[in-house]
Amino acid sequence: MSASAVPLRRFRLAVQPALVLAWAVILIALLWAIFPGAFTDYSGTVGAAGQQLRAPNALHWLGTDQIGRDGFARIIYGARHSLTGAFLAVGVGLLAGVWLGLLAGSVGGWVDDAIMRFMDVMLSIPSLLLSLSIIILLGFGELDAAVAVGVASVARFARLMRSEVVRVRRAEYVEAAFGSGGTFGAVLWRHVLPNSLTAVVSLAALQFGTAILAIATLGFLGYGAPPPTPEWGLLIAEGRDYVATAWWLTAFPGLAVVLVVLAANRISHAFGQVAP
Amino acid sequence: MTGIPVLELDRLAISYRSADGWARVVHDVSFSIGAGEVVALVGESGSGKTTTAQAVIGLLPANGRRDHGAIRLNGVDIAGWPQSRLDGIRGAQISLIPQDPGTSLNPVRTIGSQVAEIMTLHGVNRREIPDRVVALLRKVGLTNPGLRVRQYPHELSGGMRQRVLIAIAIALEPALIIADEPTSALDVTVQARILDLIDELRAERETAVLFVTHDLGVAADRANRLVIFQGGRIQEQGDTATVLRAPQSPYARRLLADAPAFVTPSPRPPAPPTPPGRARHAIVVDGLVQDFGKGNAQVRAVDGVSFTVDCGTTHAIVGESGSGKTTTVRSVVGFNRPTGGCILIDGTDLTQLRGEALRQFRRKIQLVYQNPYASLDPRQSVAEIIGEPLRNFGVSSAADRLRKATDMAHRVGLDRTLLARKPQALSGGQRQRVAIARALVLEPQILVLDEAVSALDVTVQAQILSLLDDLQRDLGLTYLFISHDLAVVRRIADTISVLQQGRVVESGPVETVFQTPANAATQELLDAIPGHRRAKVVPDFATLHS
Repeated sequence: MSASAVPLRRFRLAVQPALVLAWAVILIALLWAIFPGAFTDYSGTVGAAGQQLRAPNALHWLGTDQIGRDGFARIIYGARHSLTGAFLAVGVGLLAGVWLGLLAGSVGGWVDDAIMRFMDVMLSIPSLLLSLSIIILLGFGELDAAVAVGVASVARFARLMRSEVVRVRRAEYVEAAFGSGGTFGAVLWRHVLPNSLTAVVSLAALQFGTAILAIATLGFLGYGAPPPTPEWGLLIAEGRDYVATAWWLTAFPGLAVVLVVLAANRISHAFGQVAP
Repeated sequence: MTGIPVLELDRLAISYRSADGWARVVHDVSFSIGAGEVVALVGESGSGKTTTAQAVIGLLPANGRRDHGAIRLNGVDIAGWPQSRLDGIRGAQISLIPQDPGTSLNPVRTIGSQVAEIMTLHGVNRREIPDRVVALLRKVGLTNPGLRVRQYPHELSGGMRQRVLIAIAIALEPALIIADEPTSALDVTVQARILDLIDELRAERETAVLFVTHDLGVAADRANRLVIFQGGRIQEQGDTATVLRAPQSPYARRLLADAPAFVTPSPRPPAPPTPPGRARHAIVVDGLVQDFGKGNAQVRAVDGVSFTVDCGTTHAIVGESGSGKTTTVRSVVGFNRPTGGCILIDGTDLTQLRGEALRQFRRKIQLVYQNPYASLDPRQSVAEIIGEPLRNFGVSSAADRLRKATDMAHRVGLDRTLLARKPQALSGGQRQRVAIARALVLEPQILVLDEAVSALDVTVQAQILSLLDDLQRDLGLTYLFISHDLAVVRRIADTISVLQQGRVVESGPVETVFQTPANAATQELLDAIPGHRRAKVVPDFATLHS
């Protein structure tokens, strides 16, 4: 075997087609969110007169809606709203969940009991119902919907984080760190937190897909972004009235949601496999 | 040896698939075992001995393959047989005694049903099975076999479980038994009893035994012939007594020189005078009591242990598992709060310290763990690991820490190129050096070594022990050394305490205790030292080489 063949071979073994495809989907969605203007000449919110409810054609690849807005442009502009919402939701859940889990798992005793029983109560309520209750407290809106979805996921993060912290805390290297004079905070920060995070990061990727779905659901129900925002859930909701005559209004935004959610799941799975 | 050997390996070669293609791990290995013979495959981890044994029974891992060579069982080459055909002979003609009795039995099935399973699989008359199971369990020395058949694995001790596994292995009177490190997970005294049992069964039925071990002492005691492996090749094979008396290969010589069982301990130099300003006794433990649990479930793990360690000397605590030695040392380093008694470290009572005072106190006494795979944070680099204690005690400049860590790494014999690596890129011996460097970087007075060399190969073990000797001399360290291996203890310790059921049953200078043991428990531990039967025939290679 020649020297140059070795790295090539290793590279080929490491590449999984499904994973590459998943990253490609997420990358495209991110690019849409950041530079929507680069992918379409149409506006996401202003329709063209005389172009109402056209089926997919060469001008409008994914058709147009009841006031002549290009379907493809709506999806591209909608990526920003859906992805921002999902990032915010995951961010809220991750941050709050990691800290609560770390606190519960490391301090133990009544702090652990208090936090985890509260998390159990949150887990006992279906997450959509919980998001709805929170959004009613917060008020309707795009950011409020994202925060509501995030808060509803805190319990899942907290519970996983706690179990990881409890596992890592029993490790010998943590005891060794205390034995070499580490203070409680220093040991948590240097050893417990980094070694507990791998599984939580994998859950975050999974939760990203779930959050897109949940935000789309809230949008569909009318609790999220107000019209004419091209948020994916809202697109599906608006297209619902025309589902018999203009199938493309619901099908394509739905496909976008499905693809991004599946891609996020696949990536989450890959994170899980990398974890030691 | 007469007629056809029970097992004959002829130029066997095995490869494993890795990211870079196939890597040969066993190279042209040939040896044979006759009926009633015990052949030991000896070598360090990664030498290919287990792979060879797995190939014999057709249980290579999925990424392994046989490249060429024959495996003849009673003259029939079984090397190319498919798994379905091997099923017919596995258990019936070749059987395996696995390494870890803790994980080799199904936890949700009774002992009886697991022993019966092998008979059902090989078509023994169903009516005979229950009686035969009880007879087998009696044969392997389990008390009350009628009760045992209804028990589950968790109700049995490690030694009893290993007896059950042996019962399964001998159930169909196989021609060949493969014993892969059958006693490594057991206490020394239990180990000796299990090996005796295998020996008796072999003698009774003329079974051939292929014995895989990393412990030359065990192999020397039990085998007719030794096959010494290194790097996937046989370095030397021959009659046990011949190999021990006159090893031909350099590797066999080194192995013998490193095996603690065969090294006559040189008298230890007297301890240096106590430095001014320090107590003469580095450690005084007086009437230590440690209870666990509450109410009726309360267990007294340590029951009035007392001992004294002079400054600059090594004190060993030995005993079987469950004797309270680990609990004792955890109290000495301040991880347990004792139920009673006092622990004076350099004149200060550790049991009275709390919070910040206890943290500051840790500078004086440091612990090295048994398992260097678990005691190092996998996410830190070697430099970070060694420098961390300094960071805990106010050395805030990263450059200062790196400089001190580099010095300490050099001192324990670690190359500076290793400092940037993560623990998983190090060998077991290197990891343990990192753990020792981390413990020493604070310049403690006392180092507590909890089975610190037990998980290492003999050659690495010998290197670490001589490193500890040098460090003690240069830095005036006091060692508290916990071990179940008396051969190692004899090499390193000045004084010794023997623990049994949480009490000190014997203590004194090492040589006195070894030569005139006053207690039955001590005597049993001494008799169980592997290699003890053959120690006389082995010339002293350590002194020859030095």
